[in-house]
Amino acid sequence: MNINLTLIGQSITFFAFVWFCWKYVWPALLGVMQEREQKIATGLQEAERAGKDLELAQRKAVEQLKEAKAQAAEIIDGANKRANQIVDEAKEAARSEGDRLKAAAQAEIEQEVNRAKEQLRSRIATLSVAGAEKILSVNIDAKAHDDMIEKLAAEL
Amino acid sequence: MAAEQTATGYIQHHLQNLAYGKLPAGYTRADGTVLSDSTWTIAHSSQEAADMGFWAVHLDTLGWSIGLGVIFCLLFARAAKKATAGVPSGFQSFVEVIVDFIDKTVKDTFPHRNSMVAPMALTIFVWVFLMNLMDLIPVDWLPLAFAHGTSALTGADPHHVYFKVVPTTDLNATLGMAFAVFALMIFFSVKQKGLVGFLKELTLHPFHSGKWYIDIFLIPFNFLLEAVSLIAKPVSLGLRLFGNLYAGEMIFILIAIVFGVGALGFIGAGLLQMGWAIFHILVITLQAFVFMVLTTVYMAMAHDREDEHAHDQ
Repeated sequence: MNINLTLIGQSITFFAFVWFCWKYVWPALLGVMQEREQKIATGLQEAERAGKDLELAQRKAVEQLKEAKAQAAEIIDGANKRANQIVDEAKEAARSEGDRLKAAAQAEIEQEVNRAKEQLRSRIATLSVAGAEKILSVNIDAKAHDDMIEKLAAEL
Repeated sequence: MAAEQTATGYIQHHLQNLAYGKLPAGYTRADGTVLSDSTWTIAHSSQEAADMGFWAVHLDTLGWSIGLGVIFCLLFARAAKKATAGVPSGFQSFVEVIVDFIDKTVKDTFPHRNSMVAPMALTIFVWVFLMNLMDLIPVDWLPLAFAHGTSALTGADPHHVYFKVVPTTDLNATLGMAFAVFALMIFFSVKQKGLVGFLKELTLHPFHSGKWYIDIFLIPFNFLLEAVSLIAKPVSLGLRLFGNLYAGEMIFILIAIVFGVGALGFIGAGLLQMGWAIFHILVITLQAFVFMVLTTVYMAMAHDREDEHAHDQ
């Protein structure tokens, strides 16, 4: 086993490789690894935050749904009320219209009856005068007996 | 390998690196020729490699360690270049697992601010692991392929071509790394505490009375103790890795010898080889990890200031 120049050669080689690793290998690899570590850490943090956000959003959505349901119920209630009101109003209007029509018809009937009565009365007066004329064979002065005839007619 | 080769020869062949160095003028080479001039050449025997002295290079150790280091750098640099902060896939995930593991280990043992320590730990872990991993390749494959390849290309005798594929079984490689770590320890100690602070640490611990006229006489003892413990760190660091891998390699070689001893030997060696290789997976990973952790701990020690030190006690 001879100690010779190889020893110094090996030392120089050692320094050369250490230097190379120090300059070109280690910093690049460790940098990349640390960068990834950072990435993973922020990724995990963000995931946690996203989870919290999701929970919050879900709670909010449930709340909004409840609110919307309540609102819908309210609207339906109002609509029902309004519909009932409209029906009532329509009923009322129909009834009053019916009453009006009935009253008008009744008034017309009455008028018609009165007219017929009037006609009948004047006809009866004329007939009774003519009858009386015939009976009495006397011309009755219409003017003179006007009062009487009228009284008669009114009695009819 | 030739039939007449002995078990000892086989083991020695496996434990010899491919050395390239200078042989002096007038040197008698392994094949009997005498050099007229001093020459730079590849050793053809263990004796030649030893005679080259300090000024020789193990081409196989350096080649494999640099090659594996380059593979590590290219793979990881590619992963780093392609890395995205999005969903990682395939090789990126694999690299990130390693980086994450190293980062956690370093953060646990190194509380100071120094951007170099973690990448150094990563380099050591992966690089040493890859070098150790060479140990799991059957011991004869690469050396035989290399020896016969070289002899086919250059006509050299394959017996004289040595090739050791596990750089961490070469003391030069492990001590080379350990001394590099040692240099960084000294550098950061001086940088953090100042030269005076560092010298104080070496000379005023562990014996300290608080009176200067007593302390002066304690300095030699302190220095002796501290220097030994300081030097012991890189030496033990390098020797631990070398010892574990060398022993592992040795056992693989011994098992390989058993393969040649009849049919029973072949089956037995096969089972042994498998068992030891499976166990060795644990050893090579553990040794890479230990080298990395100890380096990080030594770096942390270098950064520890005296006042912080006092709090610890």
